[in-house]
Amino acid sequence: MSDRVAIVGVGVTPPRALSPDQSYREMTFAAAARAYADAGVSHRDIDSFVSVCEDIHEGTSITDEYTPDQLGAVLRPVQTVAGDGLQGVATAFMLIRTGIADLVAVESHCKSSNMLRHEEVLEMALDPVFERPLRANPHYVAGLEMQRFLHQSGTTVEAVAQVVVKNRRHALGNPVAGFGAALSPEQVLASRPVSEPLRELEVSPYADGAVVLVLASEAAAKRAPRPAWIRGVGWISGTPWLGSRSWGEAPYAAAAAEMAYKMAGVTDPANEVRFAEIDDTYAYKELQHLEAARLAPRGGAGRMTLAGETARGGSLPVNPSGGSLGMGYCFDTTALYRTAEAVRQIRGEAGRQQVRGATLGLVLSWRGVPTQTGGALLLAAA
Amino acid sequence: MTRKPQRRVAVVGAGMSLFVRRALETGKELSYYAASQALETAGVKRKEIEAVVMVTAPDAFDGVHMKGDWLLDGAGGAGKPYMRTYVGGGSGVFGIISGWTLVASGLFDLVLVVGEEKMSSCQPHPQGAFLTIFDHTIERALGPNLLWIFSLEQHRYMATYGIRNEDIALVSVKNKRNALDHPAAQVAARLTVKDVLDSEVVAWPVHRLMVSPVSDGAAALVLASEPVARRLTDKPVWIQGVGWSLDTSYWGNRDLAYPRYVETAARMAYEMAGVTEPRKQIHIAEPYDPFAYKELHHLEGLLLADRGKAPEDLAQGRFERHGPLPVCPSGGLMGVGNPIAAAGVMKLCELFWQLRGEAGRRQVPGKPERGVAQAWGDLMQVGTVAVLGIH
Repeated sequence: MSDRVAIVGVGVTPPRALSPDQSYREMTFAAAARAYADAGVSHRDIDSFVSVCEDIHEGTSITDEYTPDQLGAVLRPVQTVAGDGLQGVATAFMLIRTGIADLVAVESHCKSSNMLRHEEVLEMALDPVFERPLRANPHYVAGLEMQRFLHQSGTTVEAVAQVVVKNRRHALGNPVAGFGAALSPEQVLASRPVSEPLRELEVSPYADGAVVLVLASEAAAKRAPRPAWIRGVGWISGTPWLGSRSWGEAPYAAAAAEMAYKMAGVTDPANEVRFAEIDDTYAYKELQHLEAARLAPRGGAGRMTLAGETARGGSLPVNPSGGSLGMGYCFDTTALYRTAEAVRQIRGEAGRQQVRGATLGLVLSWRGVPTQTGGALLLAAA
Repeated sequence: MTRKPQRRVAVVGAGMSLFVRRALETGKELSYYAASQALETAGVKRKEIEAVVMVTAPDAFDGVHMKGDWLLDGAGGAGKPYMRTYVGGGSGVFGIISGWTLVASGLFDLVLVVGEEKMSSCQPHPQGAFLTIFDHTIERALGPNLLWIFSLEQHRYMATYGIRNEDIALVSVKNKRNALDHPAAQVAARLTVKDVLDSEVVAWPVHRLMVSPVSDGAAALVLASEPVARRLTDKPVWIQGVGWSLDTSYWGNRDLAYPRYVETAARMAYEMAGVTEPRKQIHIAEPYDPFAYKELHHLEGLLLADRGKAPEDLAQGRFERHGPLPVCPSGGLMGVGNPIAAAGVMKLCELFWQLRGEAGRRQVPGKPERGVAQAWGDLMQVGTVAVLGIH
């Protein structure tokens, strides 16, 4: 049998800053129902289930206990990946390639509004002996990294501000995005400093939501109405230590993208990839990740952004969905939101956000501070 | 799921740290130690490993959020595709399922699976980390803990089939005695049923000596694709079948007398392995035994004993190391210790050593050809099963 795998079903709930009317289980149920309907299957047709979640986010330890019911997965093979959303997609992709599953559902949800201060949870992700005593807030770590990136690449703060302007404007055209806005670079640069040189508007806002994707083998994908083929997948983790990493670059993103490119046979990504959904948890990350993925020359991502090349109508549209800055940041669910958006582009169903000639798209994810874990996914129309 | 996997995957190396109540090493160091031993026995260098899978139970034990990312350099995952998969207490045996997925997909030829748990960091007792595993609305207000709910399950098992606590205490006696021959064991002992039942009641009917201990430890496996396995060793141990199943989160709605999720997982693994008569075709079993009754409960779920009859089989000596179906010849969690995810990997290490005839004083007689390992976790909810064999 073939090793080709496609995404055939997508279901999301619109990510929103608050969701007092729904529990995460209800949001997941809604996303699952939409994904199965989109794929034209029932939960009984799904052979295996992958949930992406991490302890403590829902205020629950061993949080994978609460995954099966709302997916229609009781007494079925369900596993949890405590990692990035794209690691969940990679797991489903591999399960299908083993030959034991035709249809696999990948789920992730985020209820960030339940947390008073996520930053304090993230402080607990630092090494308890060497790093935690520094009480390094994650935004402070990001500020340090941004400073190093600007210095090393020669990127200007104006270029970083332009990322915010572009993505939040893109979000105005995305019906599920909740943070669309028409901003000027001056407004971004005048926003409150969070950790110099990082500004408040350069940090993507938290949001709640759930995403379910359905992946299919080639045989099953032929029965589905609108497959988006997975051409390549990659995921890499760099060192967890703050002290021993390369602050100016994103080597994890470079390696993850290379893994996906190699699988897909992509040798010249800047000319082959037609659009990208790139992690922009912090605005500078979009630029750093573009360079790591070889979609922009070293030090060139800022210039491309200022020249409008990464806007929806430019030569390489980046985050036509609005990105995390425009859609909100949902922890490990973020990568699945962006994958869902990339599938809509590949299908030509992105409406006002549609990119012309969206035949090959890259999704690039990052697990956030303090990790150096990233994923890459190449999706194609054929 | 009726189709066969496209590619075969073998275990080519296994290693583990000592299981102890409080290790001086960090979780990273324990992972490094177990991984190094597994690599050494496989004859593989760390840099040859293409991807790493980490299995480890709740973040709250180590007190580190996203602890998979924190542990990665100790496990040898830095700069590589590295992933932490998770099904609560079932994670240990899920580790080999996850590693199998990586290799059987055709993406990787050499994969390292590491299971780590450091429960001693959780003060004053890791039981505290379990207070937040319950449903925040329905259950948490009752202040339940694991000993409670497992005592409920044991009670239900006993009441349904008329089983006596003496029958269950025999599991502790057997496993702690088996563990006397395990060099990494934490709580090996020569005991009588009376000793077990004389130990204090933790939550009736569970006595202290019917519960596995709190442990620190790590264990690791090296998995290889068929061509690479044949190049590395004359004695590959094949992963013949894998299965996993997760039951509803609402455990209050289930009949606790029988672990149907273990049966579903076992049927999936047996079908993949071509096992049609498990009692004849399985020669060693390493079911999950964090509590004494769980070994019996799980043997029934694994279809290796009739429902409610596993205690009788045990009393007749069927599950002794030299009996017809050796069960937990390692000493199990009751004897070797229970660093949650590492304990599941330890069971797979034991099958690897037993099937290769390298288990030393623990070796079961009669050249076993096929074994099954199983773990269990979440809210009495998940079954993970792997069938290993030499053909």
